[in-house]
Amino acid sequence: MNGAAEGAEQRLVTPGEVIGTSLDKSAGIGVLSQGEGMIATRLGWVRENNDTISVDPINSRYTPRSGDLVIGVIEAVRNNLWFADVLGPFNGLLPMSLAPWKVEFGAARQFMDVGDVILARVQEVDESHSVVLTMKGVGLRKLKEGIMSSIPMNLVSKLKGENDENLRALSTASDCRVIVGENGRIWIDGDSTGIDLVRKAIDLVNKEGHKNTFQQSLSDMIGNTPGGAE
Amino acid sequence: MMGGYGDVKLLNDDGTRLDGRAIDEMRPLTAEVGILPAADGSAIVTHGLNVAIAAVYGPVEAHPRKIQRQDRAVVDVRYNMAPFSTSDRIRPGYNRRSREISKVTAEALESVVLVERFPRAKISVEIEILAAEAGTRCAGITAASLALADAGIPMRDMVVGVASGKIDNIVVLDLDKAEDNYGQADLPVGILPTTGEIAFLQMDGDLSPEEYNTCMEYNFKAAKEIHQIMIDALKAKYDGGA
Repeated sequence: MNGAAEGAEQRLVTPGEVIGTSLDKSAGIGVLSQGEGMIATRLGWVRENNDTISVDPINSRYTPRSGDLVIGVIEAVRNNLWFADVLGPFNGLLPMSLAPWKVEFGAARQFMDVGDVILARVQEVDESHSVVLTMKGVGLRKLKEGIMSSIPMNLVSKLKGENDENLRALSTASDCRVIVGENGRIWIDGDSTGIDLVRKAIDLVNKEGHKNTFQQSLSDMIGNTPGGAE
Repeated sequence: MMGGYGDVKLLNDDGTRLDGRAIDEMRPLTAEVGILPAADGSAIVTHGLNVAIAAVYGPVEAHPRKIQRQDRAVVDVRYNMAPFSTSDRIRPGYNRRSREISKVTAEALESVVLVERFPRAKISVEIEILAAEAGTRCAGITAASLALADAGIPMRDMVVGVASGKIDNIVVLDLDKAEDNYGQADLPVGILPTTGEIAFLQMDGDLSPEEYNTCMEYNFKAAKEIHQIMIDALKAKYDGGA
């Protein structure tokens, strides 16, 4: 655990549960203010940050936000655009103008076809939740070698750790390139022993990611304390 | 229900019911969540001899396009009884009764799910009744609420399905099969336990206003009990390491 959550008792709440009054606090994510009360709208852990109460959901589908780094799988190709599954409610749309190549109209399939995996950024999400992706940017590309795995998107921040410390430690310990998308997909590229270690870390996140002891367990597994500050 | 069998005696001389329950006693209810790895959320509820499984998928893009709503999500419920769930084998597939229950369940759930958060999307709820002993729509809606919570769908509250009815001119809580078939009335209700609102209400048979009030009193009392079991089931899965 890090920062404000440290030492605080983690409280699990269920949808509809009254978790406080709205007189002195404001409602954050996963909380609905109803009259004078505040009710949780999701199954999750209560988090109080200054004057805001929010609920970190235990389980939820990825909701794209603009600027998110995501790993997508191409699901359909048109003449001038691709559709990529980013684990959200809707497929992301990648127009050829935002692809990293100069694509002729009708030639989109020659660059990427169904089943290809891309590292992209969410360019824009409109009010009806349509998602536009971009591959123009540093490091954004088609992912060719390596394996793909996934974790629940709400555990992404736990796997990454504060300022990506866990991720860096994991990369170093396994000698792999590890990319974690905000949508919960993970890309690992390296030799098989390294991939095995990362897989074990992913299993650990899946099983214990929500526990207070997770940080310690992960540090024990990868054999060093990230940053030495904890 | 199949009323009119006035000569069937449903209450014992000491005031208990045929299965030994008191008139305001519920059949035992158990619940467990997260039982299906492939679904986004799932739950199993056993209520007496009823067994209901619910699976939730979504939110995903609503297909076909014509069911999409530009301002909110649609909740698509499919209630189905397994062919082996009753003593007479049921012909598999949709029928009038399952359509009706799917519809009322969907409307009850839409009133609690924050559907405006997911425009153009669909939330699929599949309710499968594996064993039936009267009160399957209530067990189904309770299981569906648990599965929605397990899937992390934002909701104002959970819907608890409970029923009361009248047998031998006496109001009783939670009818079993004989009481449902040969009793005089049945009043299944979907209750939001935190606010005390009613999400759906149906009635078979006749009740006087006084009897109706007693039914609702029993229903609210039972809803509290069931709600606690639901909360315990949700917490049992995740509260291990907090």
